[in-house]
Amino acid sequence: MSWINLTALWKIIVFGLIAGAGLPALFAGGLYALSLGPKTARTATAGADGGDSDVLVGGSVVGMVLAAIAFLVILAAIGWSVYEIYTLGHPAPKK
Amino acid sequence: MSNDTVLVLVVITALAFDFTNGFHDTGNAMATSIATGALPPRVAVAISGVLNFVGAFLSLAVAATIASGLVATGDVTLTVVAAGLAGGIIWNLLTWLFGIPSSSSHALIGGVIGSTMAAAGGSAVLWHGLVSKVVLPAVLSPVIAALVAACGTWLLYRITRSLTEGGRRHGFRIGQIGSACVVSLAHGTNDAQKTMGVITLALIANGTLTAGSNAPVWVIVCCALAISIGTYLGGWRVIRTLGKGLVEIESPQGMAAESASAAVILLSSTFGYSLSTTHVATGSIIGTGLGKKGADVRWSVAGRMATAWVFTLPSAAIVGAISYGIAYGVGGTFGVILVLILLAALSGFIYWRSRATKVDHNNVNSEWTGGVSPDKVPVETAAA
Repeated sequence: MSWINLTALWKIIVFGLIAGAGLPALFAGGLYALSLGPKTARTATAGADGGDSDVLVGGSVVGMVLAAIAFLVILAAIGWSVYEIYTLGHPAPKK
Repeated sequence: MSNDTVLVLVVITALAFDFTNGFHDTGNAMATSIATGALPPRVAVAISGVLNFVGAFLSLAVAATIASGLVATGDVTLTVVAAGLAGGIIWNLLTWLFGIPSSSSHALIGGVIGSTMAAAGGSAVLWHGLVSKVVLPAVLSPVIAALVAACGTWLLYRITRSLTEGGRRHGFRIGQIGSACVVSLAHGTNDAQKTMGVITLALIANGTLTAGSNAPVWVIVCCALAISIGTYLGGWRVIRTLGKGLVEIESPQGMAAESASAAVILLSSTFGYSLSTTHVATGSIIGTGLGKKGADVRWSVAGRMATAWVFTLPSAAIVGAISYGIAYGVGGTFGVILVLILLAALSGFIYWRSRATKVDHNNVNSEWTGGVSPDKVPVETAAA
């Protein structure tokens, strides 16, 4: 029996990076897509420092569709992992 | 051998531990959301409490890991469990008093190991299991979490660099709430189960359940309730240290930290490591400080925490051993009762001490001035 399970370790690091940094990055991509379009472009030029504008939706249809896809993928990933944990955590009762 | 009075006392003590566990760890999930203003403090703890409750029902996989593989189960008696729980509770309350986010799991494991050693000697502790299942993951998990959170932070700022400051803050606040909810859920699945495991063990030791049984439904419900009530009351002192003390956090960093914590906690428990949610959450928050240019990590605060982490196992073990000594010295049911009276008295004293420098939802976000107790002055502004 070894002191450290290297297989588990690298899997936790790789999947941790994919889920823990990749999914929020996808969310950021969604926010970026959402911001495309005329509305945010106007506020961006209005204030030189970017201003305190809370405008998030730029108004580009393609951007909004892409953002919706990104957000749905994230929700699906979360739902799927919760389901996996549930099935793993309730194994068939052993005799 | 069956002793129902002691059994009932052990179950109550275990639920009390579960309560301090929730109370101590609210900050792991919600500290960053509270610090960035994504959620009002009391709403944050309420959401976290509900999700901890739900999470407790989600999985039963790690319920027994706390004792199986760490101590020789044959040497565990009800008195050992009671003394171990006393050790865990005392350490949790002391670290809360000083606002240090230490690991509740380590406090519990330390307490049980200490009382087992006092009862049956060092050979009853499975040292290999302790190092490979508890100590090494405790060292590695914050580093991995910090790495993931640092990468996440860097990516988030990079991808959204064209957004306005306000738009970015607004967008990531929503993401931050979502990711903090997943962490609360993960905390419920992980930590509530540790207490379920302890109660199940006590029931087995008492002969009420046969060895290898799953946790009965009433145990699951009670544990879920205890941890979620504890979470709802909120350990504001620890929340303050995590949210304000380590790094000044913006909402993208908050989301990166929570996502990293959720991913590392859930993945590790899938691989059978029941690691400390506290260590992971702290690692993640430090990672967000490393991943953003110009953000400062207050290493002196981090160092104080790391010191507390090193001392958690041995200190809880010493309290556990002393508790067992008292219970054994007095003997019988009364010995256990005496230990629990002492425990209640000490807990009351710590609570009384905490009133002198109260931290609650009003001043949890006050400017960090070097310690957990906020200065008296800025309370009004923080409450607004």
